[in-house]
Amino acid sequence: MNWGVLFPLILFFIVILGVGIWSSNSRMKKKHVFLNEYFLGSREIGGYILAMTMMATYGSASSFIGGPGVAYSKGLGWVLLSMAQLPAGYFVLMVLGKKFAIVARKYEAITLNDFLKARYRSTTVGIIGALSIIIFLFSAMAAQWVGGARLIESITGISYNSALFIFALAVLIYVVIGGFRAVAVTDAIQGSIMFVGTILLLIATIIAGGGIGNIMADLTAENPNLVSPFGAEGDLTPLYVSSFWILVGVGVVGLPQVTVRAMSYKNAKAMHRAIIYSTIFVGFIMLGMHLIGAFARSIIPGIEVGDTVMPTIAMEVLPPVLAGLVLTAPMAAIMSTVDSLLILVSSAVVKDVYISFINPNASEKKMKNVSFFVTAILGIIVFLISLSPPNFLIWLNLFAFGGLESAFIWPVIFGLYWKGGNKYGAIASMIVGVGSYIMFHTFYPNAFGMHTVVIPIVLSLVFYVFVSLISGKYESKARLHLE
Amino acid sequence: MDVDTKKRTENIDTDVQDPMFTNDSRFKQGRKEVLIGVGLVIFNFLWWFGFAYGLGSARPEEYQYILGFPAWFFYSCIGSLVIMSILVVFFVKKYFVEVPFDDESNEEK
Repeated sequence: MNWGVLFPLILFFIVILGVGIWSSNSRMKKKHVFLNEYFLGSREIGGYILAMTMMATYGSASSFIGGPGVAYSKGLGWVLLSMAQLPAGYFVLMVLGKKFAIVARKYEAITLNDFLKARYRSTTVGIIGALSIIIFLFSAMAAQWVGGARLIESITGISYNSALFIFALAVLIYVVIGGFRAVAVTDAIQGSIMFVGTILLLIATIIAGGGIGNIMADLTAENPNLVSPFGAEGDLTPLYVSSFWILVGVGVVGLPQVTVRAMSYKNAKAMHRAIIYSTIFVGFIMLGMHLIGAFARSIIPGIEVGDTVMPTIAMEVLPPVLAGLVLTAPMAAIMSTVDSLLILVSSAVVKDVYISFINPNASEKKMKNVSFFVTAILGIIVFLISLSPPNFLIWLNLFAFGGLESAFIWPVIFGLYWKGGNKYGAIASMIVGVGSYIMFHTFYPNAFGMHTVVIPIVLSLVFYVFVSLISGKYESKARLHLE
Repeated sequence: MDVDTKKRTENIDTDVQDPMFTNDSRFKQGRKEVLIGVGLVIFNFLWWFGFAYGLGSARPEEYQYILGFPAWFFYSCIGSLVIMSILVVFFVKKYFVEVPFDDESNEEK
């Protein structure tokens, strides 16, 4: 076991736990409405923390482990693709914007489904929304836990099950007692670690490769396509790469774990600062991490498994303590995604299911206990499942992001900005979005040379608009008749 | 749950007063900011696409290099990060207005 590498990781766990517990204490001092505090941090999140929590929630295992691995095998073309994520930094907050924040306060919405239910005056919309969140994000969460445990396993050499236990315990403790505020504050630290880790590793990689010019010459000598936008085998078409602008760029507006953050901030000033910070942070981290992956090929050729590129290059180019520090970055990325998903799924169970249907008149104390209990139980279930994840879950996780985007993007956007949108349109669009995503993914993936997400998003748009228009017309006719 | 009469009364309510679609001046400002966001993303895409495939479609042996990077990559990826950061700062500082989020009547304390 390499203690130099291990030390920063242990320190990281201690700091995260400490901050999580501390932020839950600071909550106890002030009087807050419990649900609003636990699931939304009392809408008091400031600019820097907002930017960090959006970036960290969104940047997951794939940005730090999977993505650089693909960049290693495909070259600069994949780095180009990763830059489709730049809009996620500014677009989400600009488009949901002030209206979402104001209306969420008017409706006293705590979850995305509260907003949808109030906007469409329909419990059906709320149920479909809650179910999609619980099913898809539960499996996404499990997948991230597996990633976190594997990473600890590979760095420290302790067994997968013990690694999973350590990981789960740390996340559970601060999420259960601290709620959204602890999630956001720890995300800020995790996000900062991701940023610093990226800078360190990028610089060390460039130095180890003998400068950028040298690295590029190496890559060109091996395969000139590695420095072209088309990928090592020339298989990255402009259409395919551009379609990622929908999946990881503008479509992020439809991800509930991102959307909910757009109702958590304190004031317009926080929002403005967050837009600026998150553009720079998201852009830099995505560019940096994927570049590291592409550069790594010139320093350590012949890595077979993509997921090991990032740990291997960190150990190679950095002294042990710094490598440990840099390797806390993917750990931070995974943790900050997992904690956000856990609190979000918990809010869907507590607020959208328990309070909406089972016990609408629960007392403050009862709600508190139920919230702690549900969050803890969800965490424990995910832990147990991750011990040996069933295939079904892995399968579900494949749809998590694209599926949720196709379900929520239009009900949210048109809900905010188009008066003519109604619940029939929203329901149709959600069902068609998720359904067609699963269909296309299974039977015709990457349809017409674009990422699978594109067609379902277009279909759910068409259904939203047509069903809203037709049912709207029918309803106004019925009303005339009545009058 | 969707009893016919309920549906009708719901709809009448919608027309009379929906807090989502009032003439709130903050919403008007918000709409302006949404359009800025959409404009920025379109510009961002065109910049990224134009440099990447405009310059990158040449044969790799003929690439120009800037600071060690192929020119297409330098402009498309590094350039877009820099230019978008500048534009975002500019638009937010110049056109985004700080409006209050809480209604006076409905303050959450």
